[in-house]
Amino acid sequence: MKPVYAISENIISSLGFTASENADGLLSGSSGISIHQDTALYNNPVALSLVDTFQTEQRFEAILDNYKTEHKSGSYTRLEKMLILSIAGALQDISVRAANPRLILILSTTKGNIDLLEDRFTAKFDHKRVYLWALASVIRDFFGFANTPLIISNACISGVMALIKASRLLRSGKYDYAVVAGGDIATEFVISGFQSFQALSSEPCKPFDLNRKGLSLGEGCGTIVLSANPPDTGSTSILLAGGAVSNDANHISGPSRTGEELSMAMNTAIAESGILNLDIDYISAHGTATPFNDEMEAKAISLSGLSEVPVNSFKGYWGHTLGASGIMESAALIRSMKMNCLFRSAGYETLGVTETINVIKETTYKPVNTCLKTASGFGGCNAALVFRKT
Amino acid sequence: MDNQITAYTYIGEGKVVVNKRLIFYQEKIATFAEFIRALYKQEQVSYPKFYKMDSLSKLGFISAELLLRNENPGRFKPGSLAVVLANSSSSLDTDLAHQDSIRNRSAYFPSPSVFVYTLANIVIGEICIRNGLKGENAFLVSEKFNPAQLQEYVSDLLDNGYAEACICGWVEILGNNFKAVMALVEKEGSGAVLKKEFAPLPFTEASLNDLMNVN
Repeated sequence: MKPVYAISENIISSLGFTASENADGLLSGSSGISIHQDTALYNNPVALSLVDTFQTEQRFEAILDNYKTEHKSGSYTRLEKMLILSIAGALQDISVRAANPRLILILSTTKGNIDLLEDRFTAKFDHKRVYLWALASVIRDFFGFANTPLIISNACISGVMALIKASRLLRSGKYDYAVVAGGDIATEFVISGFQSFQALSSEPCKPFDLNRKGLSLGEGCGTIVLSANPPDTGSTSILLAGGAVSNDANHISGPSRTGEELSMAMNTAIAESGILNLDIDYISAHGTATPFNDEMEAKAISLSGLSEVPVNSFKGYWGHTLGASGIMESAALIRSMKMNCLFRSAGYETLGVTETINVIKETTYKPVNTCLKTASGFGGCNAALVFRKT
Repeated sequence: MDNQITAYTYIGEGKVVVNKRLIFYQEKIATFAEFIRALYKQEQVSYPKFYKMDSLSKLGFISAELLLRNENPGRFKPGSLAVVLANSSSSLDTDLAHQDSIRNRSAYFPSPSVFVYTLANIVIGEICIRNGLKGENAFLVSEKFNPAQLQEYVSDLLDNGYAEACICGWVEILGNNFKAVMALVEKEGSGAVLKKEFAPLPFTEASLNDLMNVN
């Protein structure tokens, strides 16, 4: 099968504005989630992972200068600024032109500019801006991408699905490059909704832990640039080797009871990659820290015979970033592979799922060559993606 | 082997067409709620969960019911019937309802049963639950119906063995403006249930465009 390479990545989260800053944050082991008391977000204090607004503004001004655009910062929404920063960050060290006709932008988001539904923004932005295609078109115009972007909005697997679709498009020869970007922001819309589900933890979330009390919401962006050609530097080549999507066909807001469907996606992704389950040396799980999600994932990992493989969730560092999560976490996984480092699963102390799985307690350096990224979401969807080092 | 459309449904401008046959018509549509309730009753669909769904899911659900009515989804291997849907406004119709429930701090009533539908792909989840579909699924968003994008996505699934067949289409609703077109796409000669009234169409952009403009 034609190889597809991940040649550049960016992460914007509470831990920083580049993949390196985020890797440093992951190495330090401390969580970017804290209790925020901001009535524009929620009436009561709530544990969140937020991207620093002051730094976002400063860095965005610098980007406007770099790109010599006549647009003013005020004409972009908070999410647009973050997405533009993330894509610019991923493009800056590689020689890929945005206007290349063989390049496609794939955008992954669940809610896009949903904050624009709030009264305080209605006078500031055209109401059309809340449509996901309007968001995509702002991003496309900023960089001058040649092709119509593909927009994927498939709940919390959007990011992993976007990477899977991108790798399929490159493998088929339809494009040479894909800029895969995901973003979602913390808003009253999302916080109040998850709160109504009683799904939010009062403290930073603890994926797979015995004392986990639900998820922590986060915001952020991630970008991964994929190429049909190997990277031009002498650095390690990371391949997207195979991927699969499945559905539980069980419940719209609760995961499968058995984990069979996620396991099926994992097995299919592994088989497509031409490897065996025992080749997997690390799993970056979805790990939202809700009781049911983590239980289901542990069952799926066990069903696929991967119980002994080191596994972590990045949600303990930057919360659940929804449509961005799959891309941010894949970018962090790529950093793990390049650094040969397995990051500890923040918030984890004692196994709190019924199947025994190997959750990473201490950050350790060891060869990381063949990895699995998984995601699951509302609507019963699951996705799995295999990364390999060449 | 070429991919072909072996069944389709069209819901728009008060009309419901299934495989070229007009099965329902309302000259004046008062509201989407009345329209879809009348259609649900006439077609004698029996699925209590239908009443809990938001408008986007109701529209997609009924389309899939009509599409698969004379089908036997069991003829596909488990996990091999995919669902790929697209629209323009994602879940905005329900997003507005959720936003209204949190607009006023003194009357703050976010509801989990509304919030869960503020994701476009929930309609796919509903169709998968109803029909036991465990395969590939995706929800795409584009400003206008983009037959090239949809055709590419679905053909890729079928041509590369990610699915044997696919339910695909456009399911758009905002307030009382709605339109849904759904097609069942599969490989030629895959044992499709042949229909008297409707010969399979080649799965092309042109065919998808024609289905969008059935009148």
